[in-house]
Amino acid sequence: MSGVLTRVRRAARGVRWYARALAGETAWDDYLARCAAHGHDPVPRREFERARTDALAGAVRSRCC
Amino acid sequence: MSTTPSPPGGQTSHPAAAPPARRRPSARGVAVWTAVSLVGAVAWTVLAVSRGEEVSALWILFAALASYAIAYRFYARFIATRVLRVDDGRATPAERLENGVDYEVTDRRVLFGHHFAAIAGAGPLVGPVLAAQMGYLPGTIWIVVGVIFAGAVQDMTVLFFSMRRDGKSLGQMVREEIGPVGGAAALVAVFAIMIIILAVLALIVVNALAESPWGVFSIALTVPIALFMGVYLRTIRPGRVLEATGIGVVLLLAAIIGGGYVEQLGLAESLTLSKESLVVALVVYGFVASVLPVWLLLTPRDYLSTFMKVGVIVLLAAALLLARPVLANDAITTFAREGNGPVFAGSLFPFVFITIACGALSGFHALISSGTSPKMIQKESQVRLIGYGGMLMESFVAISALIAASVIDQGVYFAMNSPAGATGGTPESAAEFLAGIGISTPPETITATAAAVEEDIVSRTGGAPTLALGIAQIFNTAFGGALTAFWYHFAIMFEALFILTAVDAGTRVGRFMLQDTVGNVWKRFGDLSWRPGTYLASAVVVGAWGWFLWTGVTDPLGGVNQLFPLFGIANQLLAAIALTLVTTLLVKHGRAKWAWVPGVALVWDLVVTMTASWQKVFSDVPALGYFAQADRYRDARDAGELLAPATTPEQMDQVVTNSTVNGFLQAAFALLVVVVVLNAAVVVARALRAGGSLPTGEAPAVPSRIVAPSGLFPTAEEKRAAAAQEAVPR
Repeated sequence: MSGVLTRVRRAARGVRWYARALAGETAWDDYLARCAAHGHDPVPRREFERARTDALAGAVRSRCC
Repeated sequence: MSTTPSPPGGQTSHPAAAPPARRRPSARGVAVWTAVSLVGAVAWTVLAVSRGEEVSALWILFAALASYAIAYRFYARFIATRVLRVDDGRATPAERLENGVDYEVTDRRVLFGHHFAAIAGAGPLVGPVLAAQMGYLPGTIWIVVGVIFAGAVQDMTVLFFSMRRDGKSLGQMVREEIGPVGGAAALVAVFAIMIIILAVLALIVVNALAESPWGVFSIALTVPIALFMGVYLRTIRPGRVLEATGIGVVLLLAAIIGGGYVEQLGLAESLTLSKESLVVALVVYGFVASVLPVWLLLTPRDYLSTFMKVGVIVLLAAALLLARPVLANDAITTFAREGNGPVFAGSLFPFVFITIACGALSGFHALISSGTSPKMIQKESQVRLIGYGGMLMESFVAISALIAASVIDQGVYFAMNSPAGATGGTPESAAEFLAGIGISTPPETITATAAAVEEDIVSRTGGAPTLALGIAQIFNTAFGGALTAFWYHFAIMFEALFILTAVDAGTRVGRFMLQDTVGNVWKRFGDLSWRPGTYLASAVVVGAWGWFLWTGVTDPLGGVNQLFPLFGIANQLLAAIALTLVTTLLVKHGRAKWAWVPGVALVWDLVVTMTASWQKVFSDVPALGYFAQADRYRDARDAGELLAPATTPEQMDQVVTNSTVNGFLQAAFALLVVVVVLNAAVVVARALRAGGSLPTGEAPAVPSRIVAPSGLFPTAEEKRAAAAQEAVPR
């Protein structure tokens, strides 16, 4: 029984990871990890997200029909 | 541009580059693939031999899925290893040029999601619905065979070659690898085709929302919902995308339910809009949306439409399995043989292959495969999953749409999709019209269907409403409850949502293209931060598609009937440019032996598009040839007569003008493609004379340090390699 539960839990974690990654939420985690690795102090999340979205403004991707 | 001669075979000396040794197939593998082949063979046989009896729609689903699986396992793998010779020892642009903005190493599954969201929109949903007038079989065969040998091949190979060139765009690659003449022709073609695509997409929304206060209410609310999400993500909770999207989806559902009460809210009258008012609203919306900052409207609505898209597709697949609907459509209708169908003119060949572009072969994908995706890909071998796999998934969406259109009552189908000039606009006149084309459906059936979805359904052309009806009926059977009206408006919302995203993003991309091109001669105009330039460029792009949209909705002959063929042909002419590029590149790289892989698709596509273009320009049948139609109406007008469906002399003039413009555009598109193909033929001949290869603009090989799986699921071997990489101290 616990085997099934572990599997369900793992699947749920996978779905959550996928949705977050698809939405770009993991960018912040990656940034924190990079900062930690290089010993930088991270900027506040507000500033980070703003800079990230502004950088993407020129890279709008066309949507197909 | 750096031109380096491609190393023999384009390989690095990295050990991972060694071609995998041929292994004996495992017994389990053989058993699985034999079973898949059998399922496919049985399903295709049932579809091929069933006539006049009850056929379950699931046979179409199984035939498609089994074919996709086999194609992905064998043909896509062959293309990756033999034709393109993907090399995982070689660093991708994302690894070499990572900058955290556009070049970014992205997990293959995440990139698959992004790529799929960018390629699949309303196209694969609408084309198959219209093509259902020929019966379910021609559409099914073309969607499945087309995607395997043409559409997915195009997407994958363009992605590969763009990746080898640091993510250059289709236009840039044509200019650098084929020549300036072809490059210029490609650039003009891409821009013009984009305008037509935007106009047709907007037309579909207009047709779905006209005289529908419920639809207008819920779609209009998507704008404030997206704005709210934008502000939420910018100032209240930066970066919490899932949270904001969750709130957005709940509000969207509330907007759909709320739409059912427009009558009680006293809004019904003010939200009952004519097509003309909707055009004005859409044009204003398109302009404003394309100059607003992306975070405010475009990005949040993109989240909504992406999650809605995935959700609805999963839901539809599940509902099909639960409802197991029976096909109401014929396998092949008489319209396929005689070419006199009311939805669009022309015979099965070439017009089924034109009407279904997205889902089988869509040139527009070449713009996405050569723009953003190649800059994000992690390993070369992943082009198979992203390019080929992504397109198979879109094809599956197209198959689902074809099924949805084929399970509804066929009288209702033709009543919905024939132009108003033919049906007369009421259930009674529509039933009369149907009797005239050999379909006996009592007006009561039409009235009852309309009552169930709480909308007028006669001549609701454009495909979206028909699909919405099909989805509503399937969901109703699958999930129970008397929710047909809710599901219908849910489906309309789902389609309108990503059409609006496409209109918004497309206008913006068109604006960038215009500013970039004009910026070559007028520097200031190319500066994206110069407001007057931005406004001017946006106005030009919106004005261009707005004009076609306006002529489409006011055309007495019906906008979809007139513009959809132009759209389909334009889209596939773009595919011809992309396939020409890929074929040329294979020859330049010294792999002429494998040029048949894109070559087969290219030849077929050229035969189809050139035949269709020829017929649309030179046919003397007025329903088919644009100029023949203009002549017929001009002669009648000069003789002081009125020809149905025109009811005034002004409408006669309108038909003449529209048909003439469409005819010239059609001819111009075809000529541009011929220019590119001829230019490419010169380059191919030069390459063959030069001993079988020419230098190309391929970026030099740099060894990769990333270890990652190729496919969706890592193999045991890939897991071991990843573990070994982890163990090495860096």
